[in-house]
Amino acid sequence: MSDHETQAVPSNREEHPVLVTEGLTIRFGGHVAVNEVSCAFDRGTLTAIVGPNGAGKTTYFNLISGQLPATSGRVRLHGEDITDLSAPKRTERGIGRAFQLTNLFPNLSVLENVRLAVQARTAHGFSLFSMASNHVEMIEAAEHVLGRVGLLDRAEDVTATLPHGDQRKLEVALLLALERDVLMFDEPTAGMSVDEAPVILDLIHEIKSDPSKTILLVEHKMDVIRSLADRIIVLHNGFLVADGDPAEVMRSPIVQEAYLGTGAADHV
Amino acid sequence: MMFQRLLSGDTPRSRVLTGLIVGIVLALAFAPFLFPGTRSLDTAARICIFIVLVASYDLLLGYTGIVSFAHTMFFGLGAYGVAIALSNLGGGWGAVLLGTVGGVTLAVGLALVIALFSLRVRAIFFAMVTLAVASAFAILVSQLFHITGGEDGLSYQVPYELSPAFKLVKGKILDVRLDGRLVSYYLMFLSAAGLFLLLLRVVNSPFGRVLQAIRENGFRAEAIGYTTVHYRAIATCLSAGVAALAGVLMALWLRYTGPETTLSLDIMVDILLMVVIGGMGTLYGSILGATLFILAQNYLKEVMDLIAQATVGLPVIPDLFAPERWLLWLGVLFILSVYFFPTGVVGRLRGSPR
Repeated sequence: MSDHETQAVPSNREEHPVLVTEGLTIRFGGHVAVNEVSCAFDRGTLTAIVGPNGAGKTTYFNLISGQLPATSGRVRLHGEDITDLSAPKRTERGIGRAFQLTNLFPNLSVLENVRLAVQARTAHGFSLFSMASNHVEMIEAAEHVLGRVGLLDRAEDVTATLPHGDQRKLEVALLLALERDVLMFDEPTAGMSVDEAPVILDLIHEIKSDPSKTILLVEHKMDVIRSLADRIIVLHNGFLVADGDPAEVMRSPIVQEAYLGTGAADHV
Repeated sequence: MMFQRLLSGDTPRSRVLTGLIVGIVLALAFAPFLFPGTRSLDTAARICIFIVLVASYDLLLGYTGIVSFAHTMFFGLGAYGVAIALSNLGGGWGAVLLGTVGGVTLAVGLALVIALFSLRVRAIFFAMVTLAVASAFAILVSQLFHITGGEDGLSYQVPYELSPAFKLVKGKILDVRLDGRLVSYYLMFLSAAGLFLLLLRVVNSPFGRVLQAIRENGFRAEAIGYTTVHYRAIATCLSAGVAALAGVLMALWLRYTGPETTLSLDIMVDILLMVVIGGMGTLYGSILGATLFILAQNYLKEVMDLIAQATVGLPVIPDLFAPERWLLWLGVLFILSVYFFPTGVVGRLRGSPR
C-alpha cells in the first residue's frame, strides 16, 4: 500500500509552503478514503485536484478544513500543526472553504448570509447588546462582496428562493467574505449554466492574481483546469497518484487510465 | 426613532400584528384600572410573567434551535431562591436581592454545566439530559422539604411595599385602591417589559444573528469560523438566567412557591405550546402566545358555561360545552391553531419569512 507514497513527494521548491499535508489518512471502517496523502501548497499558486468520483477529493478537503478528523497524518498551516484544531479554529487561522453541495443559511436573506461571514472574521460575534443593523461597516463589506459575485440586486431575497446558479454564487461569496489566505473551492461551477459559470471563473482568476493567496480547486471540467491551474494533483482510490505541471500530468499514463479513462471525458 | 431603538429595530412588521401587540401592551399597562378585581389582575400578572418565560424559551427553541425541557427548572430556581430567602430572612428587600442573586447564579451555573456537557453531541441527547436533570431537580425539591417545603411549597411575607397593607397614597383613582398589590403588579409589568426588550435586543445583536445561523445550518456556521458550542452555551445560560428572573417575579407575585406553580412538567408543556402558538423565532410570538393561552386557561370555562346555558334545550350541544369539558376544548383549540398557523400567529400575520 505504501509504495504509492513515494510518488507523493512534498514539494520543497519554494521558500515555505503555506499548507502541507503529511501522510494524511482517513479510514471509515475497512475503507480508506484518503490514504497517506502528502502534499504541499505554495503561496500564490492554484492547484487543481482531480480524480474520478469517489477518489477522495472532497474527503481530502474535509480533512484539511477540519470537517472530518484525520485517522493519521498531519495538516500544517504556515508551519503550525492544525491537525487537532476544530473547523472554526482552522478558519480563524486562515483556511476558507466553499462547499460542493450548496450549504447556506436558507431562511436568512442573501445579504445576511454574507454579513455573517464578514462578522465571523471580526470579534463582534459575542456582542450581545449592540444592534447588528448598526454595524454599517459589516453590511457595506457584505454588499461589496455581493457586488463582486453579481448578487447585489438579490440582497434582500430569502436565500432558499434563489435559483441554483445564484446559490452557487452565494456559496463563493461566503468564502470571499471570509478573506482567508487559503481558499478551497469544491466544484464551484457544478450545475451552473454555461453563461453563469464565467462569473465564478473570472472571480477565481481575480483572486489568483493576488500573490498572497493559495487556492485549491476540485474540478472536473478540463477547460477550467487548463485555464486556471498552475499544477494538478490526481487522487485515485484515496491515493495521490500524480502531481505536477498540468500539461505533463494530463499526458501521464496513470491519469489517462485513472481519470480520463473512467468517464471523465464527458466533461471535456 | 426612540421606539425603533427601544425595539432594537425589530418592529412587528405587520399592521394587524402591531395592532394586536399595542392592544395587549396597553391592556396590560392599564389592567388594574380596566379590569378591576383580584382574579383579572392575577391573570394580567401571570401573562406578564409568562411573556418573559416564553420569550426566554424562544431564544433557545426558536432562535437557536435547541430543544430543552429544563426551562421550568430554571424558572423554579429563581422562584425558590427568593422563596427560601424570604421565608428564612423575613420579608425584606435584602432577602429578595439575596434570593434573586442566588437563584439566578445557580440557574446560570447549572445551565452552563448542562450545556458544556451535552451541547457538543446530538440535539436529542441535549433534550434528554435536560429532561433528566429537570426531573431529578423536581424530586430533589420535594425531598428537601425542610428547606423547600416539599410538595406543600413555601408561603412567605413579601416586602411591605408589595403587600396589600401598604398604601402608596390615601384614596382611590378610578375606584382602584393604590395599595401594595398595585405596586406589585407594576413591578411585574415593568420588569417583564424590561426583560422582553432586553431579549429583543439580544436576538437582533451580532450574537443573536449567529444564533439564527446556527439554527439554520450549524455545519456551515462552524465552517465560516463560529465555534457553535460557545454560542449555544451562552444562549442556554442567558435563557436560564431570564427564566430564573421570571421565577423571581412569580414568587413575589404569588407570595407562595411550590412545585405546582414553578416546576411541574405541565408548565413546561404550556411554555412549549405558547411558543408554538405565538410563532417560534419571533419573540413577539411570546406576547401573543402567552396572552391567548393564559386567557383560554382562565376563562374558557366561563365562556363554555355561557354557551351551555344559552343552548339549554338543544340536544347534545349543552353537554358538549359543559364547563367540566374545558380541557377537551382547550386541546381542540390548540390542535386547530397549530394546524392553521403552522408558523404561529406571528408567522401567519407576517405572511412570509423575512
